Amino acid sequence: MLGGIVNALLAVGDPLFRDGVDFTVVAIVIAKTLLTFAVLMVAVLFMVWFERKVISDMQNRIGPNRAGPWGLLQTLADGIKLFFKEDLLPDRADRAIFRLAPYLSAVPAFLAFAIVPLGGTVTIAGRQTYLQLADPPIGILFLLATSAVAVYGVMLAGWASGSKYPLLGSVRASAQMVSYEAALGLSIAAVVLITGSLSTQDIVQSQGGLLDWNILRLGGLPFAIFLIAATAELNRPPFDLVEAEQELVGGFHTEYSSIRFALFYLAEFMNTVTMSAIVVTLFLGGPVGIDIPVIGKVSPVWFVLKLFVFLFGYVWLRATLPRFRYDQLMDLGWKLLIPASLFWLLVLAGMRVDATYGFAVFFGGLAMAPVLLRAVSIGHDSADVEHSATRRLREVR
Amino acid sequence: MGYFGGFRVTLKTMLEDRVTVQYPEDKRPKPERFHGRHVLNRYEDGMEKCIGCELCAGVCPARCIYVRGADNPPEAPVSPGERFGFVYEINYLRCIHCDLCVEACPTEAITETKLFEFSFTNRRDAIYTKDELLVDDDGKPRDLPWEDWHPGDDEHTSAWMRATSPSGSAEYEGQVQWSGELGYGVRSSEDGQNPAQPHPSEGDHVDTADAEQPEAHH
Repeated sequence: MLGGIVNALLAVGDPLFRDGVDFTVVAIVIAKTLLTFAVLMVAVLFMVWFERKVISDMQNRIGPNRAGPWGLLQTLADGIKLFFKEDLLPDRADRAIFRLAPYLSAVPAFLAFAIVPLGGTVTIAGRQTYLQLADPPIGILFLLATSAVAVYGVMLAGWASGSKYPLLGSVRASAQMVSYEAALGLSIAAVVLITGSLSTQDIVQSQGGLLDWNILRLGGLPFAIFLIAATAELNRPPFDLVEAEQELVGGFHTEYSSIRFALFYLAEFMNTVTMSAIVVTLFLGGPVGIDIPVIGKVSPVWFVLKLFVFLFGYVWLRATLPRFRYDQLMDLGWKLLIPASLFWLLVLAGMRVDATYGFAVFFGGLAMAPVLLRAVSIGHDSADVEHSATRRLREVR
Repeated sequence: MGYFGGFRVTLKTMLEDRVTVQYPEDKRPKPERFHGRHVLNRYEDGMEKCIGCELCAGVCPARCIYVRGADNPPEAPVSPGERFGFVYEINYLRCIHCDLCVEACPTEAITETKLFEFSFTNRRDAIYTKDELLVDDDGKPRDLPWEDWHPGDDEHTSAWMRATSPSGSAEYEGQVQWSGELGYGVRSSEDGQNPAQPHPSEGDHVDTADAEQPEAHH
């Protein structure tokens, strides 16, 4: 019976577990884990180098070019330097949580990459398996869960540092991440609605042809919302107020040095790579491409090409845009992205039933938009009225 | 520009040339009158120009020059004239490179090169003595072990910087009024100055500037 339960638990989409679990299967899983870890680390190292080089190209200068050919080993050199730095523990810091927080940021970043499908099916030692570390039925919900735990890492880091600026930074960071997670979840809900399944492998397989890509099937708006919400979730420019040197010294990671800081830094870039990979999976069909002789239709090569586009996009955003102010940021998240994604979700749900329902919801929503805008502006005005009323009262006293 | 104009700018910049110079292999060329390390010059026959008058030490606002003059030994004169700079030291930890000493020197003995990369590691090395400041037998500045000269850098030194100022008198602008240097000879006047003008001292005219040729003092 226990074997039956184990088999039922493991009978997820991955064909590796269909015939039960034996030593070969365990060995393959361990090998895939190590390989995924290595791929992620290499991707992160590459991303850090890529960002520095591309930003410097956009600024008329050469980036790092001394450590290794074209500066490729610069990230490694920085990591080694951070290893050798003194590991400080501030006096008023909460010891245990101060030590825990970087791991709360870094471990979810590692975990989230597990559900990303890198390629199609591959045969190892007679067993077929997906080129994906894990394909649980909850699939994309796992990503949302790990993003939520990452918020803990940020929040606790600032609080446990025992000083003002990290606390401010972490409060802002956690508020920002939480508010954009709602928009993120709603655009993921749109994708799941069309696909009918949460599993990432199913999402990728339902985007077989070029016209089936979710970016087109969903009308483009969930894609845009997901991109903006993901950028804010990652604390990447233009939403990087929380770690802006000009404003908060270092935000929540001011008091961290050495390996702990390296973990935060790595976690940020790992999240960037993972989020780009998720965008490619959800909206661009993941490893599915055009059928070409050597590469084939479903291949990691297509995945990497698409990933490059988004990694370049993030770096381009960093080089170009100034930072959002905190209130502008929160306004964007709550007053624009969440209503827009909710509205679009309703339209899509209507379209699923029947085209007439879809258009009815669409035009109905557009008709209701002025009502919403009026409500928002009344809220604005009444806030001003309230402030001026209290000011007048104070003057009278 | 709109919301997306900025993206085009950054993308276009990727295609432009980089302005970074691969220092220290390549160095940016410095302007001609760049204030660097000083040298003590010599005339074309090898005699030192410094006459030990201590005017440079007197004018130096940072008081970094130490000069002592001594009489020229009659059988082996060091400089043309009665005295020469016997002790000459500049403390580069104090020097502010204002080059007032270069302006004050009556014989164009002290001028400056374009070296600014002194990397001496102790105070003793920071005090440059006369041996270190004097140009060598080719008229080039000496390459000391802690300095960073690349081949060709000493070609860009200019000992005529001070000498190309017209001594305040507009009539002498464009006239070559400086003596020849060891290794470089008499340098031509600057671009834009007309060397073909007749010398103002031809005809009866009180000349207040030093326009004599160096050979006259032999």
